[in-house]
Amino acid sequence: MAIPSFLRRPVQRDRMPGERLGAGRALVYLGLLLAVAFYALPAWFAVVNSLKPLAELQAGNVLGLPQRWTIEPWIEAWATACTGAEQCTGLSRYFFDSLIVVVPSTVISTLWGCFNGYVLAKWRFRGVDGALFLLMFGVFMPAALFVFPLSMVFAKLHLSQSLFGLVVVHTIYSVPVALYFRNYFVGFPGELIKAARIDGAGLWTIFRRVVLPTAKPILVVVGIMQFTAIWNDFIFALVLAPSDQQLVTVGLNNLTNVQEDVPRYNAYMAAAIIAGAPTMVLYMLAGKYFVRGLTAGAVKG
Amino acid sequence: MASVSIRNVRRRYGSVTVLHGIDIEVADGEFLILVGPSGCGKSTLLSMIAGLDSISEGEIAIDSRVVNDVGPKDRDIAMVFQSYALYPSMTVGENIAFAMEMRKVPKAEREAVVERVARTLQIGHLLDRRPAQLSGGQRQRVAMGRALARNPKVFLFDEPLSNLDAKLRVEMRAEIKALHQRLKSTIVYVTHDQVEAMTLGDRIAVMKDGRVQQLGTPQDIYERPANLYVAAFMGSPTMNLLPVRLRSESGHWMAELRSGDSSVRLPAAPAGYAATGERDAVLGLRPEHWRLAEEGESGALAVTLQLVEPTGADTFGFAEMNGQRIGIRLPPKPMRHAGEQVRVRPDMASASLFDPSTEKRIEI
Repeated sequence: MAIPSFLRRPVQRDRMPGERLGAGRALVYLGLLLAVAFYALPAWFAVVNSLKPLAELQAGNVLGLPQRWTIEPWIEAWATACTGAEQCTGLSRYFFDSLIVVVPSTVISTLWGCFNGYVLAKWRFRGVDGALFLLMFGVFMPAALFVFPLSMVFAKLHLSQSLFGLVVVHTIYSVPVALYFRNYFVGFPGELIKAARIDGAGLWTIFRRVVLPTAKPILVVVGIMQFTAIWNDFIFALVLAPSDQQLVTVGLNNLTNVQEDVPRYNAYMAAAIIAGAPTMVLYMLAGKYFVRGLTAGAVKG
Repeated sequence: MASVSIRNVRRRYGSVTVLHGIDIEVADGEFLILVGPSGCGKSTLLSMIAGLDSISEGEIAIDSRVVNDVGPKDRDIAMVFQSYALYPSMTVGENIAFAMEMRKVPKAEREAVVERVARTLQIGHLLDRRPAQLSGGQRQRVAMGRALARNPKVFLFDEPLSNLDAKLRVEMRAEIKALHQRLKSTIVYVTHDQVEAMTLGDRIAVMKDGRVQQLGTPQDIYERPANLYVAAFMGSPTMNLLPVRLRSESGHWMAELRSGDSSVRLPAAPAGYAATGERDAVLGLRPEHWRLAEEGESGALAVTLQLVEPTGADTFGFAEMNGQRIGIRLPPKPMRHAGEQVRVRPDMASASLFDPSTEKRIEI
């Protein structure tokens, strides 16, 4: 039976000429170990405590493995935890509301950005430099600046009645992702487009048949970036979502802020992992395409 | 098949002029080569014939129809690029049929054309592969197949062999020539390689700095170059260009050739009846215009070989003459070594004379 690569004994690495295992290198490894601990400790904390009964936590077993393993905190986080005065249905509703917002926003903004980036990179027209400058400007704008004005706009346009308003906001504020595509398409061979023009293909056909199929790496990169950014967004979700259709980031916040009874840390840990699960799963599934896309020259500043 | 007329074509980018007044008439079925160094404007001119670039001034006509404002897909041309430009996400068959697909040609007809083209170029077994799975030579064939499938009036080639290794280049060159002979197609071919230019073209346009330096048959350009640039550009090793002082003497311009201690005065050309006195000139002699001379033969001089390059079929010896390094083609046997002296005499009838200041050919 084939042994998975990460379980096989590591092969002794060939030393480079003149390489020594000295104090400098030991310091590097020490630094790396500390960084790993810094990142891994909270994750360990969350996982391990989400599988303990509350009594164990209250007794003081905070970092160790559970003495009694249970998945009750998970069920509680998903279906029965209280997130508001009369709502005790757990994170499940928020989770699906987030999906309703994030999936269309990611798909539309990524594809639209791809088309815009291609046009900006390959078709010369007056004002292209001005457009680029404005887009770069948009990347640097913090979302918090616009939250208050947006909430007024939403009220006037009655967009706060449904999640559609959030989809619109995220899609429009993601227009600057066209810059990533633009940098990728600048390296796209111009002769392919010339050949397609001679063959009689117009702008849209060239994009659909010639450009898009070869842009898979950058599409994955931007898609993952967008999903992660929009899923994890808190400010827009907090201010602009209808009060009965909140997103998972806000739901998690509500869950952990409920004052009644004792703080149920094990459920909170499970809830946090549930909230972060989709981005983790996405990266686990598509992560290698992400790296491939980056090294294919996808993201160049 | 059709003719191409390029009349007084200019291309400007803002205040910079890249092409200055190009005039070339390509006859129906002619193989025209545009050759020159990087930046001379040959690729720009080809783009303008294709319709990928606009024309600042002048006009281009394909088959007597002025196409200045016609888009590339309506000009009835096909282009083969240096990087092949095959659509990476489509199979070879789809690549070849793409133009027909754009014109909404029915599927059965498309398949028939693809089959015919594949048979001509012997790529039938590659039709279901993607370009990434092909070798360089196969990709080039597919690119040519895509051009053939369009059945155009004019074929445009943009340095198609530059990406191939030397051996493959020679093979593909022969294939392109064979294709031209079979199809009698009108071809405009851009290259920086003068060997390709000489072997493939019916006529060659040597370009430099946006101007045509000389337009003529390969023989014309090789034997009677119009200026110093064309003389040095064509031929390998390059033509020897020697500064000489011509002195009029009994109806001939006499030139003196000096190498080391040895010198000789030879008639460079018949002088015009009004010629008097002296003038400076540049004498052009190709390496193959030198013959080994016997001891005592007139019109010869002894040169000391500073460098010897045996190529197998010939040996090229390099020596000093009139302050310049010259190359002489010698028979491969006997073997030569640096430091040897040989007696050579030039074939003055084949020589070219150029004016040193205008760099143009002196016609005498």
